[in-house]
Amino acid sequence: MKAFKWTIAAAFAAGIAAAAPVPAQAQTQDTIFIPLLSYRTGPFASSGIPIADGMRDYLEMINQRDGGINGVRIVIEECETGYDTKKGVECYDSLRSRNPVVVNPYSTGITLQLIPRAAVDRIPMLSMAYGLSASADGNIFPWIFNPPATYWDGASVMVSYMAQREGGFDKLRGKTLGLIHLDAPYGKEPIPVLQAMAEKYGFTLKLYPVAAADMQNQSAIWLNIRRDRPDYLYNQGWGAMNPTAVREAIRNNFPIDKLVGVWWAGGDDDARAGGAQAAGYRSLSFHAAGTNFPVIQDILRHVADKNLSRVASRERIGENLYNRGVYNSMLMVEAIRHAQQLTGKKVVTGEDVRRGFETMNLTEARLKEIGMEGFAAPVRLNCADHNGHNNVFVARWDGQRYVRDTDWISPIRDVVRPLIEDAAKKYAEANAGWPRRTETCDQRS
Amino acid sequence: MFYREAGQYKTTYKADMAVFPLVQDRIGIIAILAIAFIGVPLLASEFIILSVMVPFLVFALAAIGLNILTGYTGLISLGTGAFMGVGAYACYKLTTIFPGVNIIVWIIVSGFFSAAIGVVFGLPSLRIKGFYLAVATLAAQFFLQWCFVRIPWLYNYNASGAIEVPERTLFGIAITGARATPEVRYLVLLSIVVVLAWLASNLVHGRIGRSWMAVRDMDIAAELMGIRLLPTKLLAFAVSSFYCGVAGACMMFLWYGGGEANDAFNVNQSFNVLFMVIIGGLGSLIGSFFGAFFISTLPTILKFGVPAIGIPLTGAFAEHLTHVMVGALIIFFLIVEPHGLARLWQIAKQKLRVWPFPY
Repeated sequence: MKAFKWTIAAAFAAGIAAAAPVPAQAQTQDTIFIPLLSYRTGPFASSGIPIADGMRDYLEMINQRDGGINGVRIVIEECETGYDTKKGVECYDSLRSRNPVVVNPYSTGITLQLIPRAAVDRIPMLSMAYGLSASADGNIFPWIFNPPATYWDGASVMVSYMAQREGGFDKLRGKTLGLIHLDAPYGKEPIPVLQAMAEKYGFTLKLYPVAAADMQNQSAIWLNIRRDRPDYLYNQGWGAMNPTAVREAIRNNFPIDKLVGVWWAGGDDDARAGGAQAAGYRSLSFHAAGTNFPVIQDILRHVADKNLSRVASRERIGENLYNRGVYNSMLMVEAIRHAQQLTGKKVVTGEDVRRGFETMNLTEARLKEIGMEGFAAPVRLNCADHNGHNNVFVARWDGQRYVRDTDWISPIRDVVRPLIEDAAKKYAEANAGWPRRTETCDQRS
Repeated sequence: MFYREAGQYKTTYKADMAVFPLVQDRIGIIAILAIAFIGVPLLASEFIILSVMVPFLVFALAAIGLNILTGYTGLISLGTGAFMGVGAYACYKLTTIFPGVNIIVWIIVSGFFSAAIGVVFGLPSLRIKGFYLAVATLAAQFFLQWCFVRIPWLYNYNASGAIEVPERTLFGIAITGARATPEVRYLVLLSIVVVLAWLASNLVHGRIGRSWMAVRDMDIAAELMGIRLLPTKLLAFAVSSFYCGVAGACMMFLWYGGGEANDAFNVNQSFNVLFMVIIGGLGSLIGSFFGAFFISTLPTILKFGVPAIGIPLTGAFAEHLTHVMVGALIIFFLIVEPHGLARLWQIAKQKLRVWPFPY
């Protein structure tokens, strides 16, 4: 009987303790707070862990090597989302009061949820090459940034690549492109562009949706793929869905060099799952893999050597998705630098960083300065274009690592951009009361 | 000493049959309502309101719905998530087709759509019982979720299949959409929950509730006493789905504010609500609130509350630890009190009545 009383007492105590507002961390003068919404648990952890490590390590490296961004230390805090929308929004709500200068939701579902709130809370959101493609329209989404390319750009690059392989866009007529995708907003994003392009170039588009619950059980879908015999397969998958797709392609004798993943289907573990036969699997990418860059060397020296990294083993530094995390953090740091330049302040706010993103101009020279020569393509944003629709290349898995397989391929802008502006307008109409852009546009410094 | 009925004489049948026969209980409920309506919006931070109170209320409503079906009528259902989804999609369609009508009206009306669907899937309940009925409602879950993905009309042909919640106002104050403050959303939701919980309390304490319980305890005996099984069971399905539908609409419009709707109403959600009802206490309205608090908000409190009181936990480790702790607590409560938290509450009240002289 005593146990009951104790449990009730304990439950009440826990409830009261938790009801106390979360104390705001003391904000010392010279820090910038960057929360990282990451996921190291759940069904998508295999993709989430390398990205989380990469994002964290780059920021840590800036702190260790330079003492922060122009001397302002970065306060880094991870919040675990498990790729779950509810938990992600909870993370956002718990971190919001601490004045983050930029938020990375790292999940399309969480991004969709937070898009309407960014303008209200005045915190810019970086959804790097994920999230809502339409949010590339800065006139309607002044607070959302999704460089360097949208899923729609990716889909158009896939079609260009297909034309390259076949020997011209006129050869696409009569071909079949299969889209194997996660049956969720993220997976469905490329459908409208692929449909528009299928009509334009005369190829057939077949859809193979994979429910989140069946990510690891795709045999039924691959039966359909065997029956339909598509010429190419574009994989818009995530997490455990990708290695399964690679394995199934091998098992079903689908030519592995014609299976091309979107950039998020480019994890080292995704391809490794297929064994030796997975060599030749391809994935779009916008940055290089490997450690052969000054920036990654700096991370090894200043972070990994000092045991400040959370990576499971040193070899994982330089993996494709790890480097993507690094790229993501680099964009944030560069936006903060631009904001510092623009305002002349050292400790910038979310509003300043929004302006920093809008004036972002990463030239070849700048990339070289930050140790990323040959790592990524230049990125230039402006007030209307929050994406840049930058070039993408196709990477090939050689059995050990991803290597660059093609030149930079530019997205088919004249197909994508009108669709984006149209979708953005529709979004604003569907969300009655969508605020008009009142933020002024800065001149590039 | 303070909590006892001594000296409180009932002079009418009405007073004797009241839901809260004791003065202290009535004072208690008024105090709780005062705290909920005045104290929380004034004192709690936005995080507490949005991440603790709002989910708690939404799930309390869903748990009341399932409790009517499972706890009071004895019909097990695994389709709760889908019935919530019906409410959310109905509300979305209604408010986009008729934007002029107040959103609160549509939130309530969407419950009727859910009720209609619930009745259709409740039809087999006359013939099948127990685990078999659970499987039939599971079919409803999968079928409806399939519809949410495959029928683009339901989400207005949105490219990413997401629901977008437009801004709607009440007396000029935004209650949905990004500009609605957490306090306003919370108060609207709280009002809906209070009214519906009061209705549910009247239903289960009255003739309808008694016939549900008769069916639950022994349906053949109930039939012999003149209770018609089919209408009674279908009514339970309808009322239950109504509550779930309203909960789903509230979830999308007052809590989530749009987004990946089809994924939010998956089978895990059904199981979650079922666990809330079992942990909270089958056949108890207060149990629905306890269960909702336990299952839906305890993980949040552990994740953010434990670091807040000075125990540093980060990222993935906190997440794993939360899973372990919640799991252990569920097992613990089921062992010490298989009848749920509501039964513990009752025992506590009983003990208070005789305190400090237990004999």
